[in-house]
Amino acid sequence: MLASIIEDVIGGVCMYDAREKMLKELMALEFMEIELNLYLNTHPYDQQAFMIFRNTAEQAKMLRDNYERMYGPITASASNSFPWPWIESPWPWEA
Amino acid sequence: MWVYEKKLQYPVKIKNCNPRLAKYIITQYGGPDGELAASLRYLSQRYSMPCEVAKATLNDIGTEELAHLEIVGTIVYQLTKGVPAKILEKEGLGGYFADHDRGIYPVNGDGVPFTAAYIGVKGDPIADLTEDLAAEQKARATYEGLINMTDDPDVIDPLRFLREREVVHFQRFGEALRIVQEKLNERPFYVKKPEYAEISPASNVSPAEKTNPYSNVSPAQQKK
Repeated sequence: MLASIIEDVIGGVCMYDAREKMLKELMALEFMEIELNLYLNTHPYDQQAFMIFRNTAEQAKMLRDNYERMYGPITASASNSFPWPWIESPWPWEA
Repeated sequence: MWVYEKKLQYPVKIKNCNPRLAKYIITQYGGPDGELAASLRYLSQRYSMPCEVAKATLNDIGTEELAHLEIVGTIVYQLTKGVPAKILEKEGLGGYFADHDRGIYPVNGDGVPFTAAYIGVKGDPIADLTEDLAAEQKARATYEGLINMTDDPDVIDPLRFLREREVVHFQRFGEALRIVQEKLNERPFYVKKPEYAEISPASNVSPAEKTNPYSNVSPAQQKK
């Protein structure tokens, strides 16, 4: 009994940590995308930056799809389970 | 058009409440150099920009500022979460608590509500982009002041991220301004519209008006 509770708690913590870790990776990739987007706005002919942007955007999309499959939608339009999963906590301001 | 993403642009996870610090940081939510002012300033200025680079830059930085608004709101929320009213009062948030409880309301560090007077939209690309350069520097200076007011690494970390973004935005606005100036300096080589030629025959236009790089008013309009 106690063992199973401990297992649940540890499992819960690990799952939370894994979610947070994956989300942080995604945040880092999508931040790179924003940064390159702003740079390319004023340097539209920088081909190397464009290649890095394309590469980053594709990586971010893959990671985002994985995250949403495991932990729920990041945008409402990615909600594909029932009942409506978009409202589920945590919201971003809730650490 | 915007789509909400259920994530912060940069993580915020504050373990220790600090209502006094929240009272100061909230100025970056609803104060003169805060993120709300920044976002509205850029998103409102973009309409009258003369070239694609400036439109895109204002559009995208104005959008990023909304993400920063959310980060600052999150910092203030976490710094005051569950703090008893008595302590909020002791830490200088008594008046704020009376009106807003622990809600997040756009005010400056002294509780003065947000006003559109914090932003300028001149409809003149040189004036607007120059204001934006100053705005980024003022926000950078504010973040440096806030960073100096705390030793909590949980708070300093996101504040340093926000400070760094001001530096990057300043750089991008500087590039956009340079590109706008180059565009306005270009001598027109197209055939002028007939009505333009009628109202203002070339002989009536002084050489200064013909080449004034900072005016987007045509000499014909100036004559009226």
